[in-house]
Formats: sequence, C-alpha cells, structure tokens
Amino acid sequence: MAAFYWSTALGLVAVTWLSFHYLALDLSQLFTIKEATRMTQYAASFFPPDLSADYLVRAARGMAETLAISAIGTALAALAGVFLALPAAGYFGAVVRAASKLVLNFLRAVPELVWAAIMVLAAGLGPFAGTLALAVHTAGVLGRLFAETLENTPREPQLALSDAGSPASAAFIYGTLPAAIPQFVAYALYRWEYNIRMAAVLGFVGAGGLGQMLYFSLSLFQQQQACTIILAMLVLVAIVDAVSAWLRKRLVL
Amino acid sequence: MTTTVTGKRSQESLRDPAAGRRALAAVVVLLLLWPGVIWTEFSPAVLFDPQNRQTIGHFLGTFLPPNFSPEFLRLIAKSTLETLALATAGMALAIAFALPLALIVARSLSISRIGPGPGRGAGNLLRTLVRFVLMVLRGIPEIVWALLFVRAVGLGPAAGVLAIAITYSGMLGKIYSEIFESGDVQPARVLLESGSGRLGSFFYGILPGALPELVSYTIYRWECAIRASVVMGFVGAGGLGQQMELSMRLLNGGEASTILLTFLLLVLLADAVSALLRRALT
Repeated sequence: MAAFYWSTALGLVAVTWLSFHYLALDLSQLFTIKEATRMTQYAASFFPPDLSADYLVRAARGMAETLAISAIGTALAALAGVFLALPAAGYFGAVVRAASKLVLNFLRAVPELVWAAIMVLAAGLGPFAGTLALAVHTAGVLGRLFAETLENTPREPQLALSDAGSPASAAFIYGTLPAAIPQFVAYALYRWEYNIRMAAVLGFVGAGGLGQMLYFSLSLFQQQQACTIILAMLVLVAIVDAVSAWLRKRLVL
Repeated sequence: MTTTVTGKRSQESLRDPAAGRRALAAVVVLLLLWPGVIWTEFSPAVLFDPQNRQTIGHFLGTFLPPNFSPEFLRLIAKSTLETLALATAGMALAIAFALPLALIVARSLSISRIGPGPGRGAGNLLRTLVRFVLMVLRGIPEIVWALLFVRAVGLGPAAGVLAIAITYSGMLGKIYSEIFESGDVQPARVLLESGSGRLGSFFYGILPGALPELVSYTIYRWECAIRASVVMGFVGAGGLGQQMELSMRLLNGGEASTILLTFLLLVLLADAVSALLRRALT
C-alpha cells in the first residue's frame, strides 16, 4: 500500500513538472526587479478607485443590470427546470426519462460563457443575451436537482390521491409538490448566489452588466474605473449572499 | 335538509385552504421580478429578428459536420493539453500559496491562544488580516483575474495559470484552515502545550488525521480548475477557450462543434479521473 501511495505521489509531482514544462512557464521571469516594478506599477494604477458621482451612478446601473440578469435568469431556469424535471423523474416512462436526462446533461455541460457567446449571436449584444445564457445553463442544473428531489419525495400521498380518484395533475400538485417545493426553493436560491457571480462576468463576451463595463474600462486603460467595477462586484455578491441566506432561513426551515 | 348541509360542507372542504396565501406570494414574487424584466431588456421578439435569425441560423447550420480534419484536430489536441497543464500548474501554485496561509489562519495551531500570555492580540490581528486577504483572493472570479493578468503579463497561458493560482489559493486556504480546525485538535494542542513548535505539532498532531480530507478536497478543486480553465481562454488566457473564441468570432460552426465535443469529453474525463484518484487515495 505504501508503494502505491508513493508512486501516486511521484506521478502527481511528475505531472505537475510536465505541466510547467509544457507551458514553457518561466515564473522566475516574473520576479525580476524590472518585471516586479512593472507589475507593481500596473497594480498601483488601479488605485484610488474612480468614485466620482457620475461613474458611481453608472456602476450602480451596472449592478442593477447584473442583479436583474441573475434573478430573471435563475427564475426562468427554475420554471424550465420544473418542466424538465417531471419527465426526468420518470413521470412519463423510461424512454422519455432517458431523453430528458440527455437534454439536461447537455444544457449543463456547456459552460455559461459559451452559452452567452452563442446567445449574443442569437439575441444581439446586451443583457437579454446574458439572461438567456444563464437561464439555459441553469435550467440544466436545476432540472437535474429538481428531478432528484422528486424521485426522493415519498410517492404515497400522490398514490393515495389518485387511488381516491383525483386526476393525475391534481394528485401531483397536492400529493408530491408540497413536499418538494421547499427543496426546490432552496436549490434555486443557492443557484442564484452562484449565478450572480456568473452574471458579473458574462459581459466579457458582450452580454451586458458589470462584466461588459469592466471589459470596456480595461480595454480603454481606465484602471481606476475598473477598480470601481470590481468593488461593485464584491459588494453585489456580498448583498446577494446575505439576502439569499436570509430567504433560505425564512422560507425553507 | 341535512343532505344540503353536508353537500355544502364538502364543497367548502374541497377548496384549498392555502390557495389565497400562495396566490399572494406568487404576485409578490412577480412584482419583485418585474423591474428585472425591464433592466434585462427582456424581449423574446429579438430572437425572431430576421438578421439575428440569419446569423445564428448560419452559425448553427455549419455545426454539422464537426471539423475533424487532421490539422485542426492536432491544433485542438495541443489546446487541450495546454488547458490541462494550465489547470495543473495553477493548482500546484495555489497549493504552495494556500498551505502556509492556512497554517497561519488555523486557530488550532495558535500558541498564543493556549493561555494568557503575550502576543494574543497580535496573533488575532494577523489571523484576521490573512483571513481578509484570502477572502479578497477568492471573492474576485478567476476569469476577472485572468482578464487583469492578460493585461499585465500578456496573452497566453501564463495569465491563466496566475489567475487559477490566485483564486484557488483563496479557496484552498480557507478550506484547509477549516479542515485543520475541524478534526481532532487535541493531539496538536498537547504537542503545543508541551513545547513543540507550530510546524511540529502540525505534522504530528493534525496532518495524519486531516490528510484524507485534504487530498479529497484538493482533487475536487483540481477538477473545478479544469472546468474554469476551459473558458479562461475567452479573455485570451490560452487553452481551448481561446480556440473557441476564435472559431465563434469567425462564425465557424464546424470548428465550434468540435471544440464543444472536446469540452464535454474533457469534463467527463476530469470527472472520472478525479473520482478514481479520490477513491484510491482516501
């Protein structure tokens, strides 16, 4: 067993060495005095952040846009996720189940940023493309989680209702859904916390929000404005984390 | 007479008692989301705008067949290796940064906390400071770091490596310190109390118990780093993402679909390797 551990450890070290070698990274170059001064100067050019009233208003608008992209994107995804979770939890037979799982996996496997680049082509530059990109990817994530929740929810209430003669839809809505909804809400809120971070960077490919402003300001060498935007991102993420945690405590427990 | 009464009662009991509250909650949520609909310029109609439809139609139309020409596949293989190397090198640097920081932050290794003595305030201050640094490092998304480093060190994988190293040292540092504090901390404390140094009590008091969790979490993060470095190239930090960005800008659907397939394979592979390593090592 010890031999196995050592060989694995040695293998990992070798892989790491190969990685540095393959990338031809010369990190020592970063630590020459000339390079270090250049980096320090670049880092210093970000301070102080641009806090002029004019730019703060624009940053606030960017925050609102990013917040909206994440909220609407997550809400759409939750809606789509419920409809995708029903077939994926096996409500319409094994074949439909396998097919919808495949769809969910595909939606989830393509990264948000790639979806955003595609949506910019489909819907033009701007926050709507970002919203759609988040919605599509998150629908894959939430659909899978929702389907798992449905599969883990006891079936007895629903069976009792349909045995007593209620139609399938009513039996689902009053038998299974009430037990699953708190979990749905918790997952959607968790995902919202993640999506606010994503929404902040989708703008790099032109999908609106703070990311687009950051990309512009860095391209125009306006580092102080870029610093304001990065601070705005941090503040927005902190706010959403707090709100989501509070909502989860209030709604779910 | 009696039948009408029971009839009426059963009619009433069939109504959902919580319907009113649920409807109210739905209306409130919709009202809260409404400004978002305006701010996101939500208009599904643009999807059917003739010009947009032509662009995306043409792009998606060229997705099939994927471009499997030998020279393009060679290019993709090179980018894939670059992505893997980028994630691995970034993780190695991140571990190198994170371990010392985690050792500073972990309360279970604090000598000044054992009892009344000098240095307690200074120790707390240092820990809070390092905690704050870790928070800032992981608070800024890796792709933002990548964008910044592309401007600082130029286009290419070096920017991606540094971005991964910075963000992940913030994450690893936090989790490592939590792992050091969450296990059985008694052995480390006994060692500290009998005069052992911090490093000694770490290696003999904490590491033996914490190692499996440490390894498992690091491998999981390596998997995340691969996913992250796949898209890092969109801002010019090398690897597959940079190829993808190029193909998408040229609206070359065949190339884009090949790269997407490679994405999927890579993520599946990383998933499998990570599961295998975690099972073998822990």
